[in-house]
Amino acid sequence: MHTSSCWLLITLLLPVFAWAIDPSDKLADPELQAMYLSITQEVRCLVCQNQPIADSTAPLAADLRREIKRMFIEGQSEAQIKDFLVERYGDYILYKPRFRSWNILLWLAPGILLIIGLIALLRIVRRRAQLPIDEDAP
Amino acid sequence: MKGGGLKAFLPIGAFIGLVVIFYVGLFKDPTLVSSPLIGKAAPAFDLPSLHAPNQRISNTDMVGDVALLNVWASWCPACVKEHELLQQIAATGTIPIYGLNWKDERADGLKWLQRLGNPYTAVAFDYDNVVGINWGVYGAPETFLLDADGIILHKLIGQMTPEIWQDEFLPLIEAARTRAGTKAVNSNPEEGTG
Repeated sequence: MHTSSCWLLITLLLPVFAWAIDPSDKLADPELQAMYLSITQEVRCLVCQNQPIADSTAPLAADLRREIKRMFIEGQSEAQIKDFLVERYGDYILYKPRFRSWNILLWLAPGILLIIGLIALLRIVRRRAQLPIDEDAP
Repeated sequence: MKGGGLKAFLPIGAFIGLVVIFYVGLFKDPTLVSSPLIGKAAPAFDLPSLHAPNQRISNTDMVGDVALLNVWASWCPACVKEHELLQQIAATGTIPIYGLNWKDERADGLKWLQRLGNPYTAVAFDYDNVVGINWGVYGAPETFLLDADGIILHKLIGQMTPEIWQDEFLPLIEAARTRAGTKAVNSNPEEGTG
């Protein structure tokens, strides 16, 4: 009895997960709505910097969501909307840095460091291989 | 051990370098996002005036002389703090100050100006933050400096202080005036000889 009432409570609370920040006025086109949801996950809320505007209650985030929605309705592409935001707020507004100017360093650094590490490793291993074998080594 | 000394210091050197980078990063304020609009033409706008809803204020009103655009709201505590200084600046007549009343109620904004005084040449009323977003505003107060051609020269995020005014704004204003002056002379040879 106790378990079942517990399950009932959980089931009743499940719809809570469906709550969105502004569930009203969804975009009519489901494809656009999906794009809208994905872009708002990628845009940083500059007031509450570790939150995407998708789930921020900050008034500025709400304004940005409204503008993004408006631009989608006007038929602008995702790239155009991102350009619009970056031109005004800078690269920092996007969580995923774009592949250009100084950001390229950010994207390539892991690969470059890996190559440097591999070269160093290779050289050390080769040098060690040339050392005479020490019979007394433990 | 040829070159062994230098090689031994390579890892520790890299480590110290990282420590320095992280240490500097630790004390940087992440809320100070530099504006990509600096050096570019001010985004166009056409808004109702705060005082007279039938009148329009646009970015072209600010062209012709260097100008400040101060973003403020009645709900913003830092705006109150910098207001006294803005009034002093306005009183000296150094530069016209335009206001952008941002995400505010008209009545609240008007009351606020009545209570604290009005340093603004004109105040545009941006109730729904369309112009604010266009200008990359993400908080109040923010202050933009524009040259006579409407190019954004500088943007201050947060409260204006006498130090910032003296050290950052005044030199830029003077430089912009000098540039504008020489340009006017060049395009107007009669004045140039006088």
